[in-house]
Order: sequence, then C-alpha cells, then structure tokens
Amino acid sequence: MHELVIRGGTVVDADGVRRADVVVGADGTIAAVGENLSGGRVLEAAGCYVTPGFVDLHTHLRQPGREEAETIETGSRAAALGGYTAVVAMPNTEPTIDSASVVREVLELGKPALCDVYTSAAITIGRQGDRLTPMAELSRLGVRFFTDDGDGVQDDRLMRRALEYAAGLGVMIAQHCEVSALSEGGFMHEGEWSSRLGIPGQPAEAEELMVMRDIALSRLTGARMHFQHLSTKGSVEMVRAARQGGLAITAEATTHHFTLTDEAVASYDPVYKVHPPLRTEIDRVAIGRALGEGTIEAIATDHAPHARSAKELPFDQAPPGMLGLETALPLALTELELELTELVERMSGGPARIAGIDDVHGGPIRKGRVANLCIFDPEHTWTADGAAMASKSANTPYQGRELRGRVRHTVVSGEPVVIDGELQR
Amino acid sequence: MKHLLSIADLGADGIADLLTLTDSFVEISSRSIPKVPVLRGKTVASLFFEDSTRTRLSFETAARRLSADVISFSVSTSSLNKGESVRDTVETIEAMGVDALVVRHGCAGVPQQITSWFEGSVINAGDGWHEHPTQALLDTYTIRQHRGSLRGLRVLIVGDVKHSRVARSNMEAFTMLGASVTLVAPGTLLPPNTKSWPVETSHDLDACLGDADIVYLLRMQQERQEDALVPSLREYATDFGLDRGRMARLSPDALVMHPGPMNRGVEIAADVVEDPRCVVIDQVRNGVPVRMAVLFLLLGSNSHLAEAHSGEPDETGRPKGSRIDA
Repeated sequence: MHELVIRGGTVVDADGVRRADVVVGADGTIAAVGENLSGGRVLEAAGCYVTPGFVDLHTHLRQPGREEAETIETGSRAAALGGYTAVVAMPNTEPTIDSASVVREVLELGKPALCDVYTSAAITIGRQGDRLTPMAELSRLGVRFFTDDGDGVQDDRLMRRALEYAAGLGVMIAQHCEVSALSEGGFMHEGEWSSRLGIPGQPAEAEELMVMRDIALSRLTGARMHFQHLSTKGSVEMVRAARQGGLAITAEATTHHFTLTDEAVASYDPVYKVHPPLRTEIDRVAIGRALGEGTIEAIATDHAPHARSAKELPFDQAPPGMLGLETALPLALTELELELTELVERMSGGPARIAGIDDVHGGPIRKGRVANLCIFDPEHTWTADGAAMASKSANTPYQGRELRGRVRHTVVSGEPVVIDGELQR
Repeated sequence: MKHLLSIADLGADGIADLLTLTDSFVEISSRSIPKVPVLRGKTVASLFFEDSTRTRLSFETAARRLSADVISFSVSTSSLNKGESVRDTVETIEAMGVDALVVRHGCAGVPQQITSWFEGSVINAGDGWHEHPTQALLDTYTIRQHRGSLRGLRVLIVGDVKHSRVARSNMEAFTMLGASVTLVAPGTLLPPNTKSWPVETSHDLDACLGDADIVYLLRMQQERQEDALVPSLREYATDFGLDRGRMARLSPDALVMHPGPMNRGVEIAADVVEDPRCVVIDQVRNGVPVRMAVLFLLLGSNSHLAEAHSGEPDETGRPKGSRIDA
C-alpha cells in the first residue's frame, strides 16, 4: 500500500477542530498529523473536514438470502460513498445470523468489502424469541452485538437471561423495542394521520412499553444494553432519566426519525413505510434534541434495501425499511443543530464505542491509529436519486431532495476506497 | 378532474355539480331504453381485489348504460395471490386499451398508487378503511332526494367507524354540504384520533337519537367480536342496534340508511328495515345514476351530454336511445 497525504483540510474529532494535514503510512495507520505535510499520493481536502470514518450500528446488508435487494458488497459500496468505514450487519437474513456457520459466511463475504463489515447476531434462534443463540461461541468468532432486530424480545424472563448471559461475555444486547401485541397488524404510526388515511396504526406505546421494561431489566441485572432506532418522545424521556440514574444504557436514532414524520405516508407510497414507523412532529423534534444533548449517542441509518417490486405492493403489504447510508451525512449536517465535534461523535465515536470497535474506528485522528477516515465537503450540494446510488435498491425517501454536504474521500484501513466521490474499485 | 380517489377530490362545489349531473342520469335511467351513447368507444375496466358483487354490478351497469365497453377483472384474494404485483396487473390491463379503472382493494391507498402506473382515470370503489367516494355520493344524493338539502341536518353515523371507508367518505361529504355529523360507537370502534375531524363523537346512541335527522348505520362484522373489540354482538346490538323502540323515538321525517349488506338483528332490527323511513333501497337504486355521473364526469364531454338530452341524433345519425350495444 502506498503512502497518502490528505492535504488542506480541517481535522474534526474528539480532540477538537484544527487545520491539519494527515499522512497515512504504507501500513494503513496514521503516520503524522500536522501542518504542511507531504509524501505519497495527495488527496485534496481544501474546504473539507477530515473526520474519523463513520460507523453504522444498523445496516441491513440482506446477505445471505435477499441478494436481489442488497449484497454485502453493494451495501459496503453504499457505505463507503456515505463516509462509513464500518457497518454492523443486522441478523434478520435468511437464514438468520444465529449460528457459527452463518457468522463465518458473513465475515468471509465481508473481507473484500469496501468497508469493515462487522456482524451482529440474533439474541434468539431464528429471532423467534424462544431460545438464546450460542452467544459465547459467536462472541469468540468476533460478534460483539446481539439483537433480534425486526422484532423485540417479547418474553420478560428470556430477556433477563439474555442480559445476564451477555454481561458475562462482555457483549452488547441491543433491542428493537416493540411490544408485538400492541403493534401487530399496524403499518404506520397510530394517530391523526393513520386515522385519516385508514391505515392500521401501531401506537408509540408499543415501543415505549418495551423501553420501560428493558430499563427495569437493566436495573435488575446491572447489565448494559443498547436501544435501537428510538422514535418517540416518551422513549427519549425514559432513556434520559435512566441514564441520569446511572444505568449503562445507550441509544441510537435513525436519520429518518429526525427528518420525516407520519404525514409523509399521506402519499401512500410504501417508500415511507418503516419500523418503527415515522412518528409525529413532536417526536421528530424530541429525537433531534436527544441527539443534541447526547441522550442518544449514535446516529444510525437502519439502511434497509428493498427491491422495487416489494415497494410497489399496497402499503399494508410492502416490507418496511428505507435506504440510509448514502444520505445520512447531509441530513445530520443540515437537519440537526449539532456542533461539528458533536456531529462526528454521533456518526463515528459514539457508535464505535457501542459496537465495541473503538480500538480501530471512531477516532481520534492520531499517529498510530488505523487510518479509517472520512473527508467531506460540507457545502457540496447534490440531488438524491435512488437509481444513482450504489445500493442495489433505490428505496430512498429523499428522492429528488436537494442535499448539502457530500463525502469526497473515504479511507478504510489506509486504502482510499472513495476519491472525489468515486468508488475506486 | 381525472381521478376520483376521495371525496376531497371533488370538494363541496364538485359534489353539488355531480349531484345535479346525477339528476340527468336518473331521468335517463327511467327511459324505456335507459342507455345513451355518450361513452361509446370508451372502455371501463373494473379491477376488484376484494369481492363486492353489488358495487361491481352497479359500476358495470352504469358504464354499459353510457355505452362504454366493460372489462371485468377479479383478482382472487387467496393467500396465494397476496403478494401479487398490482402494478403488473394494471399494466396488463392498460395494454388492452382501457380508459378508466374502477378499483376495489382491501388496503388503503391502492387506487392512489395505481395512478402512477396507469395513464387513464382511476375511480376508487373502496380502499381498505380509507374511502368509498361513490357510496358517499349516492348517500348524499339519496338524502337530497328526501330532504332537499343537507344543510343543517343532524347526522349520526353509528357503529364500526374505525374500520369503515364508508364512514370516512360520508363524514367528509356530509360536513362539506353543511350537515353536522356525530360518530356514535363504543370506544373500540372509533378511530384512534379524530381530533382534526369536523365531527362530534359519542358513545351513547340513546342520548343522540332524539334530534337526529339521519341515522346512518354501519355494518357490524362478526370478526370484530372475535378480535375482542366488542364483548359480543348481542351486547353491541343492545346498545347500538336500531330497534323498534329506538325507531319510535326518531322524528317522523328522519331517515335510516345503511350501505349494505345489512346484518339484521345486529345493527338493524328486521322490522326497522320495513319502516318507510328506512331508505336503503333508494340508496341502491341511486347507485347506478350516481356512478354514471362519475364516469361521465371523468370520461365524457359536455357536448355529448347536451346531445343525450336534446334527443338529437348522435354522430351515427340515429336518435338517442336507439342503440343497443352488443
């Protein structure tokens, strides 16, 4: 590998904001950070910010099983273009990522990918909520993040056991909070819009009841845990109080939950169908505030590709989920009121710690660290177009929207995988 | 106007115009040969993903009386076909050369989705719990026939409002034309949030009945009992069913309406159906001319209608009403 110099940019990480060039050595680590550095291939960064590569805690790569929607390769291309140097693959594949063999397959497929592909594994076999997966065995293969994403673990006792067992292994239990008895048969947020549109709804309380229970179980077991894609004001308030009370609880929120509301469903376009559903304006604002104050430490994408035909089904029947990797940065830049360092923390440092990969991801940008970097131009404007995205699917809810802020270069383990907005392989 | 997806597409003036237009088609329907060639050469396809013999027959009869060609598609709702692509079906029909699609689907929003895949007009014949605009139009027409106008009338819509597309369309149409609407149902059968709706809500039918001008009963389905939305149909009938006792408290010029099919003994007692204030059969009768008016509005031109009325020969040189299509 050749030496690189990222020249003329402004470095932003946990150490602060400063004008600096960054030299990446042939071994893929950062060789120097300072002014007026030279050596090797030049990545021009004038007018850009140089930040630790982003980390997505919530990526549906669809492989194995749903390769018509995405593969690990195409998903990693989308990630690299979005400035991500690491993604955590969700386990709701076919088959479920719940055994050593599927974990090995995913990690193997992830090796040639354009970013680091970590995989989560399910908490329960087949995400059925009945029996725990072999967490110890899977953790020895490198899995640090367990979730039944797509469903919450409904059984109180099993959830308690999962927390206790995972704590002993030092791995993270992450919950998709949804009490299915309340949400079942609902396809959007239950409220004014669902009532008017005649679409069966699922109430905010379906999420909040599970947040409430899991906070209690975290207190009971002393185990840390993570809440995925929080979407309601009530959830945020409970998590804030629990954290203030000293519980080891972290949370993520998706870009769509701080940018869109249930009003978008009035178009009946299933591109706006997602779980948890788009909520009200009050919830949207609360999520943004929680990201600002740090109650929610991570911005996640819940990147969920679906083939065109699947998103042309009736709203009730279409699968939930929307693309996110290639649009997260501009939305976080323009739709949240965050300081630059906070933004980088939510996109990179926070999620890296939660995923347990902060040894190589999430910054800071210092000599000796692995060179996982994102270089973005905060002023570059462009128009979102699903068909032009690297993802195999096109189901972006931001189709046609003008966005400000775009990734210019992405460096993964010292390799420039994106240069001037173009994938390099 | 290209499509009829919801009552809001028409607006108050649009509804009034359509009801006036309906008068012409009521007159045409009373002729010995109730047929006019105003949509000759046009093709109307009915695309029903959910069974509804009445609505389908009503639309198809309306189209034939306007001399349109009619294609009838029935898509089975068996679980096998559940994931079938609506778009494929629509594009297949479009390739056959169709000017209007009459769509019924069990999921809200499907007619609206279809508008992006189909060049012609789309008419919503009922989508999930969302809307059933032609039902609201024929109901509105029926009320106007009996009471002259809806302005100032007090309407009760009673029963399973939550799952009812009829209730949503009627609530919209009735209030647009100046009626005041109260939704009357147990808490489980009202939509979760009606704050922005221009209606009152009540859980007490007896408290509302005295000064009601229209009692609009909704069909109460067996499955609501199975889903624990009501403890039993019997209890529902006791509190919300329209029986002879409640009928006696209604004013003499009140109207009782129902979109059909009726569950006698649940939402409506059998002898209430026989009461002259029950105008269910008028609703059915008005369905055809109202749907003729809708089809004409979307597909026809005014010069055609003027011809149909003047009794002058159409472009084939034959007098109106003399054609019978094959």
